[in-house]
This record gives sequence, structure tokens and C-alpha cells, in this order.
Amino acid sequence: MSATVLSLRGATKRFGGLVAVNGIDFDVTEHEVMGLIGPNGSGKSTTLNLISGALKPTAGSITLHGTEIAGLAPQEINRKGVARTFQLVRMLPSMSVLDNVMAGAVFGHRRAWGQAARDKAMALLDRVGLSGRANNRIGELTYIDTKRVELARVLACDPRILLLDEWLAGLNPSELETGITLIKSLRDEGRTIILVEHVMDAIRSLCDRCVVMTSGTKIAEGTPAEVLNDPEVIRAYLGDDDA
Amino acid sequence: MNLSRDDIPALAFSALLLGLAAMLPLTGSSYWMGIGLSIAMFTVLSTSWALFSGPTHYISLATAAFFGLGTYTVGLGFESLPFWLLIIIAAAIGAALAGIVGLATLRLSGVYFVIFTLGLAELVRQLTTWVQNLTGQRGFYVLTDIGETEIYLMLVGLAALVFLTGWLIGRSRLGFALRIIGDDEEVARHSGINTARAKVLLFMVSGLVAAATGAILAPRYVYIEPSLAFSPILSFQVVIMALLGGPGRLWGPLVGVIPFTFLWEAISSSFPNQTTLVLGIAFLVIVYALPRGFVGLIEDGRHRLRAREGYA
Ligand SMILES: Nc1ncnc2c1ncn2[C@@H]1O[C@H](COP(=O)(O)OP(=O)(O)OP(=O)(O)O)[C@@H](O)[C@H]1O
Ligand SMILES: [Mg+2]
Repeated sequence: MSATVLSLRGATKRFGGLVAVNGIDFDVTEHEVMGLIGPNGSGKSTTLNLISGALKPTAGSITLHGTEIAGLAPQEINRKGVARTFQLVRMLPSMSVLDNVMAGAVFGHRRAWGQAARDKAMALLDRVGLSGRANNRIGELTYIDTKRVELARVLACDPRILLLDEWLAGLNPSELETGITLIKSLRDEGRTIILVEHVMDAIRSLCDRCVVMTSGTKIAEGTPAEVLNDPEVIRAYLGDDDA
Repeated sequence: MNLSRDDIPALAFSALLLGLAAMLPLTGSSYWMGIGLSIAMFTVLSTSWALFSGPTHYISLATAAFFGLGTYTVGLGFESLPFWLLIIIAAAIGAALAGIVGLATLRLSGVYFVIFTLGLAELVRQLTTWVQNLTGQRGFYVLTDIGETEIYLMLVGLAALVFLTGWLIGRSRLGFALRIIGDDEEVARHSGINTARAKVLLFMVSGLVAAATGAILAPRYVYIEPSLAFSPILSFQVVIMALLGGPGRLWGPLVGVIPFTFLWEAISSSFPNQTTLVLGIAFLVIVYALPRGFVGLIEDGRHRLRAREGYA
């Protein structure tokens, strides 16, 4: 049994009267890919926001290697080795592709500066399939390429835990295959990944385990095969009529 | 430190310009000294203002508060302490006030920050007036043997320091952090940047420089009172000149300060009652016609030139 790196206990987020995340518990084990799935609006992104520090939990605890991180600022959590992509891609529009990636390398979990940061960024651009685009402006990129830049930026701080919010959404079948291979390679080099995803193929081929949420509550946890055959999960996805 | 091939000519050129600026007193013309003093003063104020506001896009209208505190520091202390020490004390007060204000307000988003800084300048002015009324004074005399030439040379020296600081920040991790913050603060935070610290530090630099400028200029006013030292129009002039030049480049504000100073000089001698109107019109023109200032025009021109060469 490998070590638990991240655990949520009773993690809760309220927006006024709406409970977006309602007392969620789960553990993430080192080197695993954990899927966080559920219908639209079920609270997946909000859960990632709680882990990354973008939002402070209303209640509950989040521990990283046994240390409480709930309520810390995002930069503090990032420096502990947790990095994320955003569901709506976030770029630094006034900067070159290279500078966008370097932004991740300079201040984060592992810090580099000058030529070292540049080399690291260049290597990551190669890795995400953007060789030769270093000097492009962000406005010249396709949507998919901005997703690649964002992943490269996130990888530039060498995170131990990677939070991917629908990073594979919007890719065409061949891009999807490349994307899945890339994420597998990230796990193989020892990173722990939490993957929020709607693409079932990706969930089946990537996730070791999944947590399923509806309306802010966890309704199932297990291997992809287990949870995707769970009648309650099917009901949550398809509505009561189809169960 | 390693200098790139472009840095050496740029540094040499800046040193040459500063050297030329320092020779202005040799002309012996009081008109040119007046213009020179204005240009030097606003170059220092606008450039240091833009060090903070250029990358972060936070518009501060607190310049007058820092400037006035600097002037008052000299006004209160010139009889007991040496002038150079008073400048340093003023700078420290400016940095400290900016630090406190920054910590309290830089969490505020754009519009609230503007209003707060404007309010701050007004508050400091009212407080000073109130304290002076208690003591029964309206203002006081600053009688020193420091002349226009010395003041001018000190401002040119301060300008050199500001440019050097800006250049060093631009090459540093702090400068890179500020550019990231300006583009997307959420990305900055999630990339490990302590955004509050970076913003407060730069705001302190601009507060420090404005207070030092006020201190250096105090002997020139001879008699200082709150409405002069904390004149709110100063804050607006600094913003307008920086925006006219373009706050995105270190040399941008300078490109705005020079033409604006001549324009201002001409207007205030021919139509002394219409200066505020001119300020308003200048502001509208900048916002509508030159959103990125002269720097934007220059860079677009260069871009077009390069594109044309590319096709040739
Ligand atoms: N900042 C916010 N303020 C108010 N309500 C919010 C906020 N963020 C999310 N919500 C609400 O919380 C609920 C959960 O949203 P969340 O984005 O976490 O869902 P999700 O599972 O990521 O959905 P999707 O699959 O569509 O991305 C939704 O009802 C959403 O409208
Ligand atoms: Mg979401």
C-alpha cells in the first residue's frame, strides 16, 4: 500500500445558499491518477479550487502529506508542489509562448531563473508538441495549443500533484490519443494526478480510481469499471428514467 | 550581472542624455531652468508611478500625499537637520506610508483602489490643515540657501536612480512577477507568486520616490501650506503624463512628460484659468486616441516597418 499524499475530510464550500461541495471525503495515493467525475455543476471544479487554494473551504480539512493546507493562499499551496490547469484556459496574453511557460518555472515548487528557466521551458514546449512555437504570441495560437501552453506552464514548476480540469475536453480523436499518452507519461514519471474529466475513454484508460460527485456530494468511489457500472452513478448521469 | 548586446548602447545612450540634462544650468536662462525643473520633477514622478502602475494596471492618485509629506518633512526639519538627511527621512516616510496603504488596499480591485488613493491624498491634506489650525499656523517658510540649480541637479540625479532601479527591476524576478500579475493575477497566484508582496514593494518604490521629490522641491516653494504641498492636481498630472507617454515601457513616461510640460507651460501663461480644462481634455484625448500612449504609436510604427521589410 503506497502513501496517501492528499486527503479531504468533510470539505465543504457554500456560495450563499448553494452548497457546491458538501462534506467530501477522499484520499489520493502517491503516483496514482484519480478521476473526479460527475454531471455538469456537480462541484468538480469547485473541489479543485479548494485543493489549489483558489477558494477557501467553508468547512472541512484538506491535508497534504499530513499537513493542513485548507485556506492557504494558492501561491503557498503551489510552492508545496501542487499545480493546476483551469477549465477555462488562462494565458498571459501580452507575453510570448516561451514567457508563458517560464512563468511556471520561476516562482513555483522548483525555482529556476535565466537560462535554466528558459531551457526548462523549451524542453516542456517540445514535450507538449509545441516545438518551434516559443516566440509566437498567444493570440496566434489555436485553442488546443493554448491548452498545451497551459499544461507546459503548470509542468514547469515540477509539481508532485497535478490537478487537471477537463484538460482533454475539446480535443479531436487523434489529439485525444496524444493527450492521453502525455498524461500517462506524467504519471509514469511519478506524479500524482487528479483528473476532472467528462471523456469516458480517457477516464477508462487513465484513472486508477474515480470519485463520482453529484450536487456536491460523493456518491461512489472505486475503479472506473466499478463506478461506471454502479446503478446510482448511471442514474446520476442519465436521470431517473433511464435507470 | 551579465549585460546583453542591446544593453550596452542603451545604457550609454541614457548616460549621455542624463549628462546633457545635467548641463542645462550652463545655459543661464531662467525660462529653460523653469522648464527643466518641471520636466525633471515630472519625469521622476511619472516614471516611478509607472514602475508600479504600468505592469499592475492599478491607477494610483496618491502621488500628492507622498509628495506633500516629503515637502512637510523638509519644512518641519530644515532648521535642525541637514537637507540630505531630510530627503532620506522623507523617502522612508513615503515608503512606510505606501507600505501600510498597500497592505490595506491592494486587495481591492481597480476602481476601489483609485478612489481610495484619491481619498488618501485628501485625508492627509485635511489632517495637515487641521493640525496646523490647532497650532495657529497656516503654513511655514522654508528658508534655505539651496538654489534652483542644486534642486535641478538633485532631481536629475534622482531620475538617474529611478531609471536604474526600473531597469534592474525589469530584468529581475520581481519584474517578471509583476508582468504576470498584470496579465492574470490568478495565474500569478497559482504559479507561486506572492502577488500582494510584489505589488506592495513596487507601490513602496513609487511612494518613496514621490516623497523624496517633494522633499527636494521644498526649498523652491519658500512658503508651504497644505493646498500647495498636497495639491490634488499633481496626482492627475502625473497619471496623465505617464499615460500619454505609455506606462508599459521604462522610457514611456518621459516621452509624455516633455511635450506635456511645454503644453502646460504655454497654457498656464496664456490662459491661467483654463488649466484644469486642459487637463480634462488631455485625459479624454489620451483615453480615446492614444490608449497605449506614444509608446504604442512608436511600437506600431516599428512593427509596420519590420513587416514591410519582411515582404521586400
Ligand atoms: N464562484 C461561484 N459563485 C457562485 N456559485 C458558484 C461559483 N462557482 C461555482 N458555483 C456553482 O457551484 C456549482 C458547482 O460548480 P462547479 O463549477 O464546481 O461544477 P463542475 O462539476 O465543475 O461542472 P462542469 O462539469 O460544468 O464544469 C454550480 O451550481 C455552480 O453554478
Ligand atoms: Mg468544472
